[in-house]
Amino acid sequence: MATPEQSVTERVERPPQPLESAEPAPQLTFEAKNVSIWYGEKRAIENVTLDIASNAVTAIIGPSGCGKSTFLRALNRMHELVPKTRMDGTVLLHGEDLYSKTVDPAIVRRRVGMIFQKSNPFPTMTIGENVVVGLRLNGVHNQKFLNERLEKSLRMAALWDEVKDDLHKPGTSLSGGQQQRLCIARSLAVEPEVILMDEPCSALDPIATAKIEELIHELKAKYTIVTVTHNMQQAGRISDYTAFMYLGRLIEFGPTTKIFTNPTEKQTEDYITGRFG
Amino acid sequence: MHLERAHHHAWRKIKSALASGIAFVSAVLVITPLALVFFHLVINGASSVNWDFFTKLPAPVGAVGGGMVNAIVGSLELLAIAGVIGIPIGVLGGVYLAEYGSARLNSVLRFLADVLNGVPSITWGVVVYGLVVLRFKGFSAYAGGLALGLIMIPLILRTTEEVVLLVPNGYREAALALGVSRWKTIVHIVMKTASKGIITGILLALARIGGETAPLLFTAFGNRFWNHSLSEPIAALPLQIFTYAISPYDDWHRQAWAGALVLVTGIFCVNILVRFLTRGRGAPVV
Repeated sequence: MATPEQSVTERVERPPQPLESAEPAPQLTFEAKNVSIWYGEKRAIENVTLDIASNAVTAIIGPSGCGKSTFLRALNRMHELVPKTRMDGTVLLHGEDLYSKTVDPAIVRRRVGMIFQKSNPFPTMTIGENVVVGLRLNGVHNQKFLNERLEKSLRMAALWDEVKDDLHKPGTSLSGGQQQRLCIARSLAVEPEVILMDEPCSALDPIATAKIEELIHELKAKYTIVTVTHNMQQAGRISDYTAFMYLGRLIEFGPTTKIFTNPTEKQTEDYITGRFG
Repeated sequence: MHLERAHHHAWRKIKSALASGIAFVSAVLVITPLALVFFHLVINGASSVNWDFFTKLPAPVGAVGGGMVNAIVGSLELLAIAGVIGIPIGVLGGVYLAEYGSARLNSVLRFLADVLNGVPSITWGVVVYGLVVLRFKGFSAYAGGLALGLIMIPLILRTTEEVVLLVPNGYREAALALGVSRWKTIVHIVMKTASKGIITGILLALARIGGETAPLLFTAFGNRFWNHSLSEPIAALPLQIFTYAISPYDDWHRQAWAGALVLVTGIFCVNILVRFLTRGRGAPVV
């Protein structure tokens, strides 16, 4: 937890924290402090400090290129896949430093799952194989255990009833919305603590989107969810907290109702009312 | 104005017809040699392709009949040795180029592989002659297989690299986001997704070296009889064809035609198999 003491001049104004005055301080899943990320020479995000509450949905909104996906990926170290990435600052997951030298990114990602914009079931595998592939490749081979986990994950992803008779069919035979729920089931099967979602509905039609949103609402009882979205209505519908990012900086963060009804920052208001972005 | 435009339109039509006509003639010219080769092989060789051809050793000069079973089996043995050398190195090298390494190093390696692909095959024979045949004082199946294997490496490397690069990044990310390690992601997700393409590359490389003669001339050397040890000279179909074709005997000429027909048919079958493999649906990657 060693954060270097910052000089007064460097100190960036800390955005208002959620529920600062509310009675029980929410338990925190992530504490990101002064996170900056560079891709080569280009700084994608700058000094982002943000706490993410457990068992809640936190939405990150902002125009394209504002760094919201980069920040999301910093939460499970996926941004490191891009060559020549540099990161500064700390991210704590339940108090543990994700970026400590002794931490294996694979372990981080087992605890912090991720759903992508484009559903990506593995084309060489059946629906069933897709769900348990994470367990299999992490060394679990007990068939009974895998079968149990298969059903449980598909049920949690609200997909079981639709596919229970087609588990041997290719994962890519499903519709777009089903594929995305299959990916959610695949992610749930390794029992992560957090699910990161990178615009999970942007390629789906409104009905499939509604299903995923409902699912997100159900999942937050067990999981902490952080989602990036382009769609402000969606952020308003599904999230408890909203962070607005612009040009790599965190402009404002707070309970969703406050951000949407009474934002403190002018830029937030302009974005939410559709004046830019 | 109206008329002028119509005239213009007609001229454009003529140009278009001319262009497609030239393209058609070129396409026919491309196919013609293949048709001619196959036609000649069938005319001259088909009569000698019989059961004996596949089951008997070559007959002595003057004696009628005989076959090339030793050369057919020898070719298969050489391909097996070449495969053992060329497939793992080529595939793993291609995966390395696609998945690891720095951009600069990779462009150097890629360039070198392309240069190796352009090296005349007889050069490989000379290299292996110098490295193996001279050192171990004898022609051998190992030497022939090695020469063929060396030819395979850059071929397989480049095709593997290309098909691995075709695997969408989303699959890698999906696997890594499940906490799967990098190498397991590459082996179980990326290579599996690209497996059809990788196998296609291997088959095409085998088909290519199956017909190579030059690199075998002073490595495998050829053998009129059965090869009893891989460290002895071994017969190969292309070598046998070469030997028979330059001989002065009509019987042997006929056998050479038959051998060429069998060889071309074999390579043709491999290509059909490749077509068949790449046609199936499922994986989006070839």
